[in-house]
Amino acid sequence: MLRILDIYGNLLLTAMGQTLLLALCGLFFACIIGLIVGLMSVVKNKLCNFIAVVFVDLIRGVPMIVLAYFIYFGVPYLLNTIMGLGGVMLTALQAGTICLALNCGAYMAEIIRAGIESVDRGQMEAARSVGLPYWRAMQRVVLPQAIRTMIPSIINQFIITLKDTSILSVIGFPELVNTAKNVVANTFMSFQTWAIVAVMYLAVITLLSRFAKSMERRLKHGH
Amino acid sequence: MAINKDNVKIHVEHLKKNFGRLEVLKDVSTDIYEGEVVVIIGPSGSGKSTFLRCMNRLENITGGTVVVDGYDITDKKVDINKVRENVGMVFQHFNLFNNMNVLRNLTLAPVDLKKADKASAEENAKKLLERVGLADKALAFPAQLSGGQKQRVAIARALAMNPNIMLFDEPTSALDPEMVGEVLEVMKELAREGMTMIIVTHEMGFAREVADRVLFMDGGYIIEEGTPDEVFSHPQNARTKDFLNKVL
Repeated sequence: MLRILDIYGNLLLTAMGQTLLLALCGLFFACIIGLIVGLMSVVKNKLCNFIAVVFVDLIRGVPMIVLAYFIYFGVPYLLNTIMGLGGVMLTALQAGTICLALNCGAYMAEIIRAGIESVDRGQMEAARSVGLPYWRAMQRVVLPQAIRTMIPSIINQFIITLKDTSILSVIGFPELVNTAKNVVANTFMSFQTWAIVAVMYLAVITLLSRFAKSMERRLKHGH
Repeated sequence: MAINKDNVKIHVEHLKKNFGRLEVLKDVSTDIYEGEVVVIIGPSGSGKSTFLRCMNRLENITGGTVVVDGYDITDKKVDINKVRENVGMVFQHFNLFNNMNVLRNLTLAPVDLKKADKASAEENAKKLLERVGLADKALAFPAQLSGGQKQRVAIARALAMNPNIMLFDEPTSALDPEMVGEVLEVMKELAREGMTMIIVTHEMGFAREVADRVLFMDGGYIIEEGTPDEVFSHPQNARTKDFLNKVL
């Protein structure tokens, strides 16, 4: 175990860095997608509602590994070979980010929709009754209340997304699992290597959950 | 304060409102004058709350015409937000903004809509809180207030936009009995000052005392209207008589 850490420790730490980088990129765009799709599902517009439902159902209905293969191999093949555009290439980081953003974004949209719907309808009505336009009322009155109920679920989704980066080892992104596979291939010490990897994930995620708990407590007590 | 019969604040003509296939308002017409206090009574499901909510278009209007302050709010081109700035509304369940303190509840709309800068909005808000007897609650959050206090803040919030019409949707129905009085007192004060008010309520004593005109609604129509004395003491319609027998 120590020998592995000695030789491959830095490599695994770098890989953890790559994992975090991928997770952060994915989460950043997931938040944007989630907010847009979440809002689309609550506005009074049938077309927006429909698009939001289709998006969420589509992404939820496809395993992420299939989505990853599709984006990394399928989409460039469609553009280059079938449509004859040529030269379209995605790096593993780009494809991975898109994949995480879509996948996590769909779940975030559901969290945001549920959060907004949990705010009493009277809050929006009161805000409109004093003359605030819809989006202003949303921004000043409804969303701040919705976010309070959404925070625990959002952090939970962050943790899931962080773990889901491991799936993107299949498209060759040098994150932790992919790197660990290489280490095992070189050393044959699979027990030791995977134990180290597990502990690394555990450490990061424990930190995140702790943070989530303290955040939750603060939101419960404060205003 | 006198009613100014020359100035129609709200003109309602053949108003219809359907929820899906359910016809809640079938054909409602009336004029509400400046300074008039109109109380709407009627059994639940008679459409009185819906009628009130049509007057600031919180409900989309299915048919007919509603003209508020000279603006035809059934016309999609009219900026409903501008009309609402002049029409205050008080809800049964208060609906104070839970994420803000009392002061901010009062200043949000005036400041956001650029009716006033922050300092003067706060000054005005404090005056209004004093008027409803809650000057000491400016920094409290809605969750820390009693029902009666919440409703008085809600009235102050509506007044903060300096409206010239006030709509009250069963403002005392969600209150404990001992808190009804304090809210009605604030409303009476407003009525005395000459505010144009439309009030949906089950408080018949209050209606009799402050109303210039009482509308009795049932089944999506205004069945009977008149002065409190006419409606309460000499009702003409059988349904009005029946309703009053049950509630008085």
